Amino acid sequence: MLKKAYDWIDERLNVTPLWRDVADHEVPAHVNPAIKMSAFVYCFGGLTFLVITTQILSGMFLAMYYTPDITNAWYSVKYITDEVLLGNVVRGMHFWGASLVIIMMFLHMLRVFFTGAYKAPRELNWVVGVLLFFVVLGFGFTGYLLPWDQKAYWATAVGSQLAGTVPWIGPYLQTLLLGSHTVGALTLTRFFAIHVFFLPAALLVLLALHFIMIRAQHIAGPL
Amino acid sequence: MSDFQEHAPDESLNALTRRQFLTYVLGGTGGFMATVVASPLIVSTFDPLRRLGANAFANTHHKVTDFSRQLPTLIEYTVHRDDGWNSADVAARTWVILLPDGTPLAMSPICTHLGCQVNGTLGPDGKPAPSQDGPWWFHCPCHGSKYTKYGINSPDSPAPRPLDVHKVRVDDAGYLWLGPLQQRNRSGQVI
Repeated sequence: MLKKAYDWIDERLNVTPLWRDVADHEVPAHVNPAIKMSAFVYCFGGLTFLVITTQILSGMFLAMYYTPDITNAWYSVKYITDEVLLGNVVRGMHFWGASLVIIMMFLHMLRVFFTGAYKAPRELNWVVGVLLFFVVLGFGFTGYLLPWDQKAYWATAVGSQLAGTVPWIGPYLQTLLLGSHTVGALTLTRFFAIHVFFLPAALLVLLALHFIMIRAQHIAGPL
Repeated sequence: MSDFQEHAPDESLNALTRRQFLTYVLGGTGGFMATVVASPLIVSTFDPLRRLGANAFANTHHKVTDFSRQLPTLIEYTVHRDDGWNSADVAARTWVILLPDGTPLAMSPICTHLGCQVNGTLGPDGKPAPSQDGPWWFHCPCHGSKYTKYGINSPDSPAPRPLDVHKVRVDDAGYLWLGPLQQRNRSGQVI
């Protein structure tokens, strides 16, 4: 049944080469944990992507119940946690997954560094990877504010003060970051928009570049 | 001749090839992982279905004996409404008349045609008055739907059914409590 439907589409649109090009490529021996267990260090990049995928999914579902408003944000988060069916699981996925993305990404970076995979001709992909690192840190910084509890409020207060210490432009930077002279309603809407619209767009573009480059240049050789 | 061909699988067992087996194992594992991630997400979107039963009754603070068997009376009362993380007392209105056997009939003022508020027939003093229009006591200002004082729609009304009625309950002190709305058929029976 499924096969028939697939064949029907494939006959007309010839989709098989499209996914074969993505899916069918040899895994070199030195990155295959089935051959040498220590090659699991090559999995961290893929694991980062896997956790990012679950973050995007759980975030989409959280947005169904969350509201970015200073009087209601905390109550909507409480509603998700205490009232919504399995809402605490969805929030938990997003909460723990956030830390996991950063851990996996850091391990991935260590692997690339210590195997020298950043060297020519792959310097550009290292640069894109560093940009991805900043985007993910941006996700963490903006997402931390959204529950609008004490921890969120004071973390953003401190974070914006750090921006304020930049020479010359500090105060302007701080106001732009907060969208206001203080952490408040405009900060919450600003961080929400950055967290769910701007950063995901940047993330997807950079991820696409990251993956296109690794397919074009292939994985770095063994040590 | 290769090793593989010498040990070809026994056709009579209809055995899986190695490739098929690996495909199933990988597909199964991937499917399991995807299900573990996706199921709590999807379940959470079905949460509103658990909250359908707004079965709470609201006290009108009117005694049943205050109402008349002759004409409906408009009463205002408050309903406690939980709306997500918001919770509020919302003002509500309903027309109440006593049926000939003395049981209260509480009719929603919402026209069953397109949802306007129907008007009862009021005298110059603003109190309910006998109808000037035969049996038709409620009139909808929007498209002229007409109802009797028991909320039964006229056959030539655009309204498709009588005014909806609340489930009613009378407490020990004689106060009228109103519950969820119910639809009625043309003969006034709750359906």
